[in-house]
Amino acid sequence: MVSASSTTSSPLSATIVEPTIFDLSSRGRVGVRMPESDVPAAEPPPQHLLRPELPLPELAEVDVVRHYMRLSKFNYSVDGGFYPLGSCTMKYNPKINEDVCRLPGFLFTHPLQPIETVQGNLALMYQLQEWLKEIAGFAAVTLQPAAGAHGEFTGVLMMRAYHKSRGDDKRVKMLIPDAAHGTNPASVGMMGMTVVTIPSDERGNVDLKALEAACDDTVVGMMLTNPNTLGLFDENIEKVIALVHGCGGLMYGDGANLNALLGIVRPGDLGFDVMHFNLHKTFAVPHGGGGPGVGPVGVAARLADFLPEPLVGILEEGDEDKDMPPLYGYMKPAKSIGRMKAFHGHFGGGFVRSFTYIAMHGPDGLKDIAQYAVLNANYLQARLRDTYHIPFDRICMHEFVAEGQFEGSDVRALDISKRLMDYNFHPPTNYFPLIVHEALMIEPTETENKDTLDAFAETMIKIAEEAKTNSAIVKSAPNNTQFGRMDEVKAARELVLCCWLPENYDLSA
Amino acid sequence: MTYIPISPHERDEMLATVGVKSLDDLFTAIPAKHRFPKLDLPPAWTEMDALEELTNIANANENVRGDLISFLGAGMYNHYIPSVVDHMLRRGEFYTAYTPYQPEISQGTLQAVFEYQSLMAALTGMEVSNASHYDGATATAEAVNLAFAQYRGKRRKVVISPTVHPQYRAVIRTYTQGMDIQLVGDAADAELDSDPSDLLAHVDDNACLVIVQYPDFFGRVYDYTKFIDDVHAKGALVCVVANPTALAMFKTPASMGADIVVGDGQPLGIPMWFGGPSVGFFTTRKQYVHKMAGRLVGETVDSKGQRSYVLTLTAREQHIKRERATSNICTNQGLIALGTAVYLSLLGKSGLRQVAELCYQKAHYAANALSKINGYSLAHNEPFFHEFTLVCPKPVAEINAHLLEHGILGGYDLGQDYPSLANHMLVAVTEMNSKEEIDTLVEVLSEVDHG
Repeated sequence: MVSASSTTSSPLSATIVEPTIFDLSSRGRVGVRMPESDVPAAEPPPQHLLRPELPLPELAEVDVVRHYMRLSKFNYSVDGGFYPLGSCTMKYNPKINEDVCRLPGFLFTHPLQPIETVQGNLALMYQLQEWLKEIAGFAAVTLQPAAGAHGEFTGVLMMRAYHKSRGDDKRVKMLIPDAAHGTNPASVGMMGMTVVTIPSDERGNVDLKALEAACDDTVVGMMLTNPNTLGLFDENIEKVIALVHGCGGLMYGDGANLNALLGIVRPGDLGFDVMHFNLHKTFAVPHGGGGPGVGPVGVAARLADFLPEPLVGILEEGDEDKDMPPLYGYMKPAKSIGRMKAFHGHFGGGFVRSFTYIAMHGPDGLKDIAQYAVLNANYLQARLRDTYHIPFDRICMHEFVAEGQFEGSDVRALDISKRLMDYNFHPPTNYFPLIVHEALMIEPTETENKDTLDAFAETMIKIAEEAKTNSAIVKSAPNNTQFGRMDEVKAARELVLCCWLPENYDLSA
Repeated sequence: MTYIPISPHERDEMLATVGVKSLDDLFTAIPAKHRFPKLDLPPAWTEMDALEELTNIANANENVRGDLISFLGAGMYNHYIPSVVDHMLRRGEFYTAYTPYQPEISQGTLQAVFEYQSLMAALTGMEVSNASHYDGATATAEAVNLAFAQYRGKRRKVVISPTVHPQYRAVIRTYTQGMDIQLVGDAADAELDSDPSDLLAHVDDNACLVIVQYPDFFGRVYDYTKFIDDVHAKGALVCVVANPTALAMFKTPASMGADIVVGDGQPLGIPMWFGGPSVGFFTTRKQYVHKMAGRLVGETVDSKGQRSYVLTLTAREQHIKRERATSNICTNQGLIALGTAVYLSLLGKSGLRQVAELCYQKAHYAANALSKINGYSLAHNEPFFHEFTLVCPKPVAEINAHLLEHGILGGYDLGQDYPSLANHMLVAVTEMNSKEEIDTLVEVLSEVDHG
């Protein structure tokens, strides 16, 4: 018998739109028929080691398919519509990438196979390392980190290791602008360093005076997102980097916003020492409903020895005359910080898709991405400028931040976001960056056409009108969706984190 | 312009609305000397080029579904993936959505993750599961963070069994570099005749966590019940790194008293994909939920009184706590967790037991046959699941080179990580290995000249 723990209670009064997979279970149903064993029976394990019962659901294949199909219809997605979620780069994910990443040679290779049997995989990884170096202007790249935050952690570990290797042990301060993503200070906190917050000036740039005052010989470095989370390229970037380098610090670039810079400027050329890429943003790896991400890290020459192991390198040069390719294999950097995860990183879901995406764009296509991402953002900003207050109003990069509040109306940014759902748009990012009141952070990406942008702008203008004339309909939104606003307090208070098979379910074999 | 849906005349209208003359005029904030670099990249491929080139690259590999017969595991396993799993993962509604920050229009992802959490808790026997970590290794490293936080940094030692996956131990070392934490227990070369209880010598009142693997890296299945009791008596928590397929057959770490059960979900319906992405599961007792990193989905109701799901306890997370967060984690492995949930739903109670039973039977058939070859023997007498350690008469690298000539991917060379275990091969057998394949392996090894 299963005793339901306190984590598995279910609100008795709630209407159930789609039962859980456990609710749908019926004793004796079979989803997959496995083959009979073709070997003589072995002696079973000792009885005391055996599991008495396995409380998993029992369903037929069609039950499972219909369940997950119904769930999928509750999701808003890029394939379904406009998703201007600031800082997340929700661009269209090309379908060919889905096909190529599932080629059997990729799907069914084991990460510990001898290198001679995986030369295709290693060649692809090597080439992707080279392309990322070229795109962002770095001396070396590791593909291993699993996501942006993981790449950041990698970068900060390398910065720490670099200073320590020079006997420079007193560096404990990381400078982080007030507009930064939350992952930046969190990555630093994991390392026991202290965060010094640097304010932004009235144009949305790093406040140079505050930066200068914070720069001393205890600075590990600075973590800067550029373009920053206001969507603005720091107009004093060279001075910022010179100040940080001047005090012996290293410059970390948060590559979350790299989409705006492809073929426009290379962070390495500007003087950044280390930067993580978000292949799931810039290079069209689908976001997957919250992962997996892919967070390679590029570094300047002086940090290359500290990269995680292994990297992919050429062990033996090839010979083009004899049509002989090089032999690719693994390399361990001399002062490597170690391993960030098991195996080599998000190969199939990440590297293959990004490789294909970059190859299909070429140098001119990559520049087009940045140019049109920036055009689309500026076009929307221009169309909304008269209706929504834009606190840092200048030519933006790939995104901009508007204020979601109006004089004399109790409508807030969150209400506007929820009301957008009624018009079948995904909301922008809310309440971030923290330095803008009622922030609506809007990133259209380059893969939206003018009609979509116009329809979104007109809807935003209409909602602003509603906020003044009929705020109740905005405050109660979403009104037309399957699900209304959630009781988040109840979720946190009652903390029901799992469901279970129904009470009295017969678990015998 | 591969995926850009804007025509030249639309572009010009838009530029006029913005108030600039050309696209290049949008970038005057960028230092002129670094503006518009010429990127040294090959010219753009068409979709036809891409398909052809990528097919060539993939074919330059030898895969384990046709090219090679595989007996390689060591943390990643070749299991059958029913067709349904990928059909569900290819739904654009799932794979092109973002993290479900707007729950009203993300209930598909949220309920699926809630079900994933429920399935993982049911499988490990634990009370709660988070929405997943990057992989088994990083999930294990997060267990260190939990235990460290649980004792508020007052216990600064973590005891790790040498029979935890070597790469997992390496990741823990990387993660804790800045934490002033002592990692002990796995420094000595692992002796195959060692017993988990040998670790107890390291467990004192400065230890916050003890980490063991189940089955251990050499394939052995131990009942850790007494061991966990002994560790608890000294006040430390216990994390068990578990193989999820084995849990369909063997008693749960929860029933042995484990505080945290983690592992890699790849065996549950995820392709090996040359090492990733997979999914790290993390399950624990409810009392530790506030110290657990990663996302969590909880049940609630919406304004219409409908049962629904939201990301909950977000106050633990980086975007609220910033530098005071226990972890910087932002993403989970959403889509892979979904794949795992579909796999477990589909196989269910009987299917997963059958997979485990097939693995067990075939591995034991292989172990029995291999240990009868002259010069080969099993390295241990303990029960095992689908992986075991074979003592070979020659260095494993030599044997594997020979096997490869016969189209066989041999087992993992333990001498790489454990110098005293040169000539020791870790052999994995799953439901994908037919009797004929096993017999071929035995035959090829029997023919080797061991002189």
